[in-house]
Amino acid sequence: MQLTKEKLLIPDLSNDKLIDLYKQMWQIRLFDEKVDEFFAKGMIHGTTHLAVGQEASAAGVCALLTVEDKITSTHRGHGHCIAKGATADKMMAELFGRTTGYCKGKGGSMHIADVEMGNLGANGIVAGGIPLAVGSALTAKMKKLDYVTVCFFGDGATNEGSFHEAVNLAAIWDLPVIFVCENNQYGMSGPIKEMAKVEHIADRAGAYGIPGVVADGNDIIEMINVTDEAINRARSGKGPTLIEAKTYRWKGHSKSDAKKYRTREEEQEWRKKDPIKRYKEVLIEAGLLTEEKAEEIRLAVKQEIEDAVKFAEESPAPTLDDLLTDVYA
Amino acid sequence: MREITYLEAVREAMSQEMRKNDDVYILGEDIGVYGGAFGVTRGMIEEFGPERVRNTPISEAGIAGAAVGSALTGMRPILELQFSDFITIALDQMVNQAAKIRYMYGGKGKVPMVLRTPSGSGTGAAAQHSQSLEAWVAHIPGLKVVQPSTAYDAKGLLKAAMDDDNPVIFYEHKLLYKTSSDVPEEEYSIPLGKADIKREGTDVTIVATAIMVHKSLEAAKELEKEGISVEVVDPRTIVPLDEETIVNSVKKTGKVIVVHEAVKRGGIGGEIASMIAESEAFDYLDAPIKRLGGANSPIPYNPELEKAHVPQVPDIIKAVKETLNRA
Ligand SMILES: Cc1ncc(C[n+]2csc(CCOP(=O)(O)OP(=O)(O)O)c2C)c(N)n1
Ligand SMILES: [Mg+2]
Repeated sequence: MQLTKEKLLIPDLSNDKLIDLYKQMWQIRLFDEKVDEFFAKGMIHGTTHLAVGQEASAAGVCALLTVEDKITSTHRGHGHCIAKGATADKMMAELFGRTTGYCKGKGGSMHIADVEMGNLGANGIVAGGIPLAVGSALTAKMKKLDYVTVCFFGDGATNEGSFHEAVNLAAIWDLPVIFVCENNQYGMSGPIKEMAKVEHIADRAGAYGIPGVVADGNDIIEMINVTDEAINRARSGKGPTLIEAKTYRWKGHSKSDAKKYRTREEEQEWRKKDPIKRYKEVLIEAGLLTEEKAEEIRLAVKQEIEDAVKFAEESPAPTLDDLLTDVYA
Repeated sequence: MREITYLEAVREAMSQEMRKNDDVYILGEDIGVYGGAFGVTRGMIEEFGPERVRNTPISEAGIAGAAVGSALTGMRPILELQFSDFITIALDQMVNQAAKIRYMYGGKGKVPMVLRTPSGSGTGAAAQHSQSLEAWVAHIPGLKVVQPSTAYDAKGLLKAAMDDDNPVIFYEHKLLYKTSSDVPEEEYSIPLGKADIKREGTDVTIVATAIMVHKSLEAAKELEKEGISVEVVDPRTIVPLDEETIVNSVKKTGKVIVVHEAVKRGGIGGEIASMIAESEAFDYLDAPIKRLGGANSPIPYNPELEKAHVPQVPDIIKAVKETLNRA
């Protein structure tokens, strides 16, 4: 569908779905902004990693997935979780350590999983989810199921051995997995430009004999289009694709970060590429959205997040008996 | 003397050594301008430059192996791992290479390196960022294992670890980083394998490691009010282990409790308890040896559950009383 003069959307998505995706991007942003506020106030225990500024890759990649399809996520995983169908109330409850949370309060921000919705989990180990995604794709192949597995990870994760070993396995076995590297330019502080000699993470695909695609990670339409092609390859037995989404995290790495490794100017430059704003402009130009409607959506999401907080606050905490449950199946 | 924090003590020990010895360098993830995950190396890249404070990619297996290889060929690396949980990824190089090279090569070559890494729970970082896995490495002949509990000990033990010609795993406890004690400005060394009696007592011995030293001291203070005199022994290094100091203390009190944060099953407490049972202290025991350790589960996120996972002051007090009642 030709959305605007410049924007061609390749897969067939309904207008409702396109508006839904706009809403979802706000869900991701406002959820993380609320979490940021709670951490700043010391209301949540532990640590967290926010994906504000990176909404387009989570929403765009997951736009084409069904409930049967799987994802593996990262420490910066709230957005992936929402995009794969999780609800803010149970996520917030998890961050509050309550029994109604996705992990019954035992996992926290870095471990949210929603296995029924195909989310095999966030991960506290950088690159830890990459081999898991390959295993999930192996199951699909061996059981002749037609789901695909999307594997999210950061730029920094591509320097772990796990990444290289797992991508190679998926390549030689032609597994239905889509590797999505969200290149937000930094690890915790290490600039990917200094941490790898290749210009693009996508170039690493060549070493494993699979296609590598560079995409504008702040452009949801482009993310949908490149994912569509990768999913088609995966579903037709042609094996994995490595997609590199160039993006930027607006906030610090985790709850405490003086951001000495990057400049305020650079941050401002990237803020101009706000993925939500860009998508809104496309939708308005395509005649699918108005400024008023857009604001209505944002406010509705804001309320949703407040309701999620209320749900979390009113939920029960685990009891000490829960310490030793679920250690073994 | 001035008071500095445990974190500052670690940094000072490294910096003083690096000023003196060009062979010493540090490598690790985000140890440059970011200052390391906990801020231990803050300011070091400014002083020593990026050649000697090497900010690495996220590649634990690679950087551990590079440390081992450079140690084998004349450097004296300090490897920082952001969380001790990630030692799983570095372990092949530490266990199958670093620990065995000298022995396998018939006494040729040596691997003088220190792997520094923060361990322990209590920060809400949950299952993959809170473990205490020191017993794993203590099981490997060829590795030395250090667990300082105070700023003073941290500085002196790190100096000894850097001077040692063997691979040393140096566990720093996250919750101790901000604790302070009197620390001399000049360099000093605390020999590896020398326990410290952190408090003298006559009724019962507590052998405690890392943060459990502090919890045991608190328990001892409480128990003193009830007329119970507790001796707290801090081994400081679990490999080599100062068996003599522990045995002598048990001979004196006749009762012993071993406390650590790591999961009790398979923890170093089992080794210490067995060592006592096999020693001449056995004949002096008036009550069974008691062990306290972490629960047999991963570390949960919820703060109350997280606390319940590891021994707390009331648990130690209870254990002391139970032991006294059995005597
Ligand atoms: C194996 C491992 N090493 C180091 C860390 C500490 N750590 C957590 S996130 C992170 C940076 C990850 O960078 P990247 O993969 O680019 O993801 P981003 O945070 O940018 O989303 C680091 C070093 C970890 N959690 N696991
Ligand atoms: Mg990154």
